[in-house]
Amino acid sequence: MNRKISCTINSKSFSATIDVRKSLLEILRENGYIGVKEGCGVGECGACTVLVDNVPVDSCLYLAIWVDGRSIRTIEGESRDGSLSAVQQAYLDTGAVQCGFCTPGLVMTSTAFVEKHQGKTITREQIRKYHAGNLCRCTGYEGIIKAVEKCLSDEDPDGVVPTKSCGIET
Amino acid sequence: MFDIQSYHKANSVDEAISLLLQNPNSKPIAGGTDVLVRLRQGSPAYGHMVDIHDVADLKNIVQEPDGTIVVGSGATFTDLIASNIITATIPVLAQGAGWVGGPQVRNQATVGGNICNGAPSADSAAPLLVLNAVVELKGPQGIRRLPLHEFYQGPGRVDREQAEIMTALRIVPDDYQCWVASYHKYAMRDAMDIATIGCAAACLPQAKQVGKLRLAFTVAGPTPMRCWKTEEKARGAALDGSLIQLVGDSVLDDLRPRDSWRAPKDLRQQIIKTLAQRVLIQALQQTGVSLA
Repeated sequence: MNRKISCTINSKSFSATIDVRKSLLEILRENGYIGVKEGCGVGECGACTVLVDNVPVDSCLYLAIWVDGRSIRTIEGESRDGSLSAVQQAYLDTGAVQCGFCTPGLVMTSTAFVEKHQGKTITREQIRKYHAGNLCRCTGYEGIIKAVEKCLSDEDPDGVVPTKSCGIET
Repeated sequence: MFDIQSYHKANSVDEAISLLLQNPNSKPIAGGTDVLVRLRQGSPAYGHMVDIHDVADLKNIVQEPDGTIVVGSGATFTDLIASNIITATIPVLAQGAGWVGGPQVRNQATVGGNICNGAPSADSAAPLLVLNAVVELKGPQGIRRLPLHEFYQGPGRVDREQAEIMTALRIVPDDYQCWVASYHKYAMRDAMDIATIGCAAACLPQAKQVGKLRLAFTVAGPTPMRCWKTEEKARGAALDGSLIQLVGDSVLDDLRPRDSWRAPKDLRQQIIKTLAQRVLIQALQQTGVSLA
């Protein structure tokens, strides 16, 4: 049951003959994108979150065949030329990472949120709701929410900024 | 790897129907958020699939010239929430859609799948029931339409023939124009949870009275259910506290909640009464009637 697919992964073109029975998660990991983690395998924990056409999906519940003609983003594509993305840097700055297993998925969800809400005033509630499909058992989420707030603040994203100054209702 | 025995991708509704006809054991897969979970659990019922994930014709949400809202079965919950047509005309459906799973699931899961899956807990079902939604199916014999409440036949059972595709849910203007409606899901968590009880209420007020009332519940019986007796009793009632009392007193006669590991029957009964009243009050607030 093999089919040929063509897509882009982190802006690089990718063509392969894949088994239609495989999930996107399996295909990504088999091709070296092992930052994509399998947690629950049933779409509850979000550890396997990747962006398909910039929309977060659980890659464990997504047939690989469905990415034909689409663009995929994984954690591997977020840092460029040795520098972390703004979201990754904010996660470090706010202490949003502990064991790290949920982090690749969460960073992809945060990245989609930040890109969608750039320049807009957002609430903590919006951040929480958008991240509700990603479970983290270590951090208690506070650092993660602060990281997202930090990315959407008007301050210099590379500086240390107080989170209150960004029009966010707390 | 999923235990898929046969796989065929359809690019149109007609192609899906002919593929389904070729294999009587085959089933459609749309968003996959139910089907792939079942397959992973080892259910043999979904091993032969006709993939309608990318059938573009099923994803449209349109308003016809007479005002009828046509929601394509392949629209995702994220599509419903983002649709200006839905939020402007039948916002209660967007409200229900917002309660489904989590964001990633809403980006994939379709409204047609939510209904065809037949779950008593489907978050889109209660809003669609109070909107009197009509299910449109296309099969080898052509197109047929039936009310959503008749489409549900039992737990996990709906009136879809093996080779039929649910193409759309249709809501006519008489079922939403001048109506107010609201939905609430009671669950243990605010996301990634199955409803303990879900309730939608809709009211067409007429001269400070109930012109028409519709109440629908999920997880309060073997299928999502309307509350026909209560709706009939409320016809013509004054829009005041007595209506809220009447609804609370009557609603359990329409429903059949049961014990499950999620919640005992008596807790469900308590939630049903409270939600019937609270959700109706919420809906009526949109007309400026405050009964809180």
